[in-house]
Amino acid sequence: MTERFAQASGQGCRNAPVLKQRGQHEVFCGLTSIVWLHRKMPDAFFLVVGSRTCAHLLQSAAGVMIFAEPRFATAILEETDLAGLADAHEELDRVVHELLARRPDIRRLFLVGSCPSEVIKLDLAVAAERLTAVHAPQVRVQSYSGSGIETTFTQGEDTCLAAMVPDLPAGPEWPEARELIVAGALPDVVEDQMRDLLAKIGIETVHVLPAAREATRFGVGPGSRVALVQPFLGDTLAALERRGARHVAAPMPFGAEGTTAWFHAIAEAFGIPPEVVDRAVAAPKARAERAVAQAAEALRGRSVFFFPDSQLEVPLARFLTRECGMEAVEVGTPFLHRQVLDGDLALLDEGPTLSEGQDVDLQLDRVRAARPDLTVCGLGLANPLEAEGLSTKWSIELVFTPVHFYEQAGDLAGLFSRPLRRRDALKVGAAQPPAMP
Amino acid sequence: MKLTVWTYEGPPHVGAMRVATAMRDLHYVLHAPQGDTYADLLFTMIERRDHRPPVTYTTFKERDLGADTADLFRRSCQAAYERFRPEAMIVGASCTAELIQDDPGGIAERMGLPVPVIALDLPSYQRKENFGADETFYRIARALARPCEKTARPSVNLIGPTALGFRHRDDVTELTALLSDMGVEVNVCAPMGATPSDITRLGAAHANVLMYPETGESACRWMERDLGLPFTKSIPIGVGGVRDFVAEVADLLGVAPGLDTDRLRLPWYSASVDSTYLTGKRVFLFGDGTHVRAMARVARDEMGFEVAGMGCYNREQARAVRAVATEMGVEALITDDYLEVEAAIEAAAPELILGTQMERHIGKRLGIPCAVISAPVHVQDFPARYAPVMGIEGANVLFDTLVHPLVMGLEEHLLTMFRADPEFHDAAGPSHHGGHAPLVAAEEGGAGPRAPVAESPRDISAKKTEGGGATGAIEVVWLAAAERELKKIPFFVRGKAKRNTEAFAAARGETEISVDTLYEAKAHYAR
Ligand code: SF4
Ligand code: SF4
Repeated sequence: MTERFAQASGQGCRNAPVLKQRGQHEVFCGLTSIVWLHRKMPDAFFLVVGSRTCAHLLQSAAGVMIFAEPRFATAILEETDLAGLADAHEELDRVVHELLARRPDIRRLFLVGSCPSEVIKLDLAVAAERLTAVHAPQVRVQSYSGSGIETTFTQGEDTCLAAMVPDLPAGPEWPEARELIVAGALPDVVEDQMRDLLAKIGIETVHVLPAAREATRFGVGPGSRVALVQPFLGDTLAALERRGARHVAAPMPFGAEGTTAWFHAIAEAFGIPPEVVDRAVAAPKARAERAVAQAAEALRGRSVFFFPDSQLEVPLARFLTRECGMEAVEVGTPFLHRQVLDGDLALLDEGPTLSEGQDVDLQLDRVRAARPDLTVCGLGLANPLEAEGLSTKWSIELVFTPVHFYEQAGDLAGLFSRPLRRRDALKVGAAQPPAMP
Repeated sequence: MKLTVWTYEGPPHVGAMRVATAMRDLHYVLHAPQGDTYADLLFTMIERRDHRPPVTYTTFKERDLGADTADLFRRSCQAAYERFRPEAMIVGASCTAELIQDDPGGIAERMGLPVPVIALDLPSYQRKENFGADETFYRIARALARPCEKTARPSVNLIGPTALGFRHRDDVTELTALLSDMGVEVNVCAPMGATPSDITRLGAAHANVLMYPETGESACRWMERDLGLPFTKSIPIGVGGVRDFVAEVADLLGVAPGLDTDRLRLPWYSASVDSTYLTGKRVFLFGDGTHVRAMARVARDEMGFEVAGMGCYNREQARAVRAVATEMGVEALITDDYLEVEAAIEAAAPELILGTQMERHIGKRLGIPCAVISAPVHVQDFPARYAPVMGIEGANVLFDTLVHPLVMGLEEHLLTMFRADPEFHDAAGPSHHGGHAPLVAAEEGGAGPRAPVAESPRDISAKKTEGGGATGAIEVVWLAAAERELKKIPFFVRGKAKRNTEAFAAARGETEISVDTLYEAKAHYAR
């Protein structure tokens, strides 16, 4: 480690005051997470029960993917479904039967709740039970909510994973079984890298939630330890804890520092000496540090402002400030889960405004006043801010792109430096957009 | 409930956003859950707008539901007014807020804001985006426009262009110039670029030019009735369309029907011998009603294509599209289910598809070239360059657009003559195109070659009928030799040959297709 890794002041931002605002939120709803979850679970189908708005949202968020045989769809509620709940249940059964008849490869079906289905109190849990009874054992039907009134963006993954937990078989006792559950959907290549290093450290049994296939379901119990690779999994963690599993608290595995700390925390929970970890990770860690140093050149000394979006903001701010030499002005998050983020908050130096929730107009006032070098925000805000002369990094890419663990650390820094390098590279005059008619 | 993977139109409040975003100094307060703000990115990303849409969402959450969402709406409305100081506001509910029944219109009215507040009632569970835009603009016009003194010089309003409209930006420029050539001024263009005070002056024009019936017809009908403004019915797309339009405007305003055709190149390009090979190319059109019916005329009368099928996804335009289809000798397909469109395209086996971004994907899947002529479109169809489809330049643009995806004439001959040439064979595709999806030869023993059926979402909600069989009731079987012969025909006419042969055989009650049948059919259809 170099001097860029400023020694944390001990508590970091653990006890920093949090600015809480409630006003207009400019965020996605949890339905959006279907777009990546369905790729991770090839035998699952996600059926949203909602409105044309929900279908349109999925279509807009999925972009090109909508045409590559997606395993998701929307059962659009119609006037008649709103009239009586009994009919709505019948209709849902019909749609599900039709769907399963045409897609016999489906093993797991998720009924995903939306705002309309929640507001009319269409009980999808009951429907899931009923449908499981009919379609078991070929198909397991589960339900969770991705509605905008309950979930923000990545929280949709949390509600989905949490819904799967009660259904998992019982797991064995500690210390006979020393099993690690890693929660959070990761790109396959990243998952393999992680498994590989865990094996080198000596952790034999590693289960990943979500499991790629229904057939690879695993048990959970007092013999399980849970590590999170995503910060937005508070409900999932709670559900696993209720089943007897114990949390391995760690910073999120972003950057060389975060990844190293993450492996150390797990090793400690399994009674493995730290030297074993250091030996196992020495080579990839050195690679990551080199890659980050290179990609971070454009970032050093620049300021960054996070709008709330994915709950990745705190760990990413930690990475950018400690490993890339940036200065955080404001770190906004839709939801601040202290238990999960404890490790990251402790490392994040005091200074930035921590904000939870949003009043987007007030936050825009703050970003304009601060004029940060880089603003991390959603797609609805990015171009308007660019037009005001602020460089932006749109945040959804951080969820879609492999960014975890050592081998991706350089890419992660690169995602943030690219907009700045681009701004320097363009020689086409002031980036003033033409007037719109 | 309807199982849906892809939709041609968004919900109606997105239509209202298209109107609000097109205008200036108007603000939309939308009672909606937090996730509905996704719609902002349609404008900031696809259309690359440099500012946020003028929409404030209440973004209520679950905890608000128990409490007072009506109060939340009131506060959002107040805050939006104070921050943006618009000249007028529109208020309404998205699909979820429609269910909680807060009555945004009533609440806003009681607030006594110092500007006009226009309530929108958009039935989310029955209607869609185009209706939302049409209805919103109608409400705005009705609330604000009043009879007023006519402009001294002949003038018109341009009605219908919105945000997220297919080529609306450049169509407005093109028509403005075309009208100016006739000595006609544009009084107000709306909603695009108009402020609420501009809307109050709509009545000063002598007539309305209804550019896009989908988004402006209700307002035009109301203005005709209440402000005495007649409106144009012809769509100035294509040379014939433009001529009709000029005559109509001249007639309505009592001016001379002048048309400066100096820059008009479509007629000569189309007449030049290089274009002869375009004759009778079979084209399938799908999109919004207005673009489809206008483009069908261009395709047949100005490009010399044969219309093999056409239809639209917006039921509001069904009647007009049916009429044109009848004239073209085909039956109109009115559906918003892209699987039906795909089946119809497979059955018609066209050589060119003119459609939306969805038809482009269908074309890719079937190996049929495609050009985009209608919304919904993706970011590349909001081009940086000037690219109208209306007026004189629009006709030029259309010529290029419709020819570009096709194999060029000489290339077509070379493909026929030298099938074994490493460059000129089926899988090579048009030389000037990158990612062309080649046709895949059928598996042995099938009923003749088929287009590749790439994996598609069709299997989850597909119609019971299999697409592809255009032959009706009689099952015709291709004999092996005939099938081999068919494969020798270049891929871009093979679909047509196959279809013609099958129809020919079926018409004669034959159940087997031999090499002879193939050539009998070829002779029969020769012209
Ligand atoms: S291929 Fe079509 S749908 Fe896909 S991103 Fe491009 S335009 Fe959009
Ligand atoms: S916010 Fe609610 S209504 Fe809107 S798309 Fe998401 S789930 Fe559907």
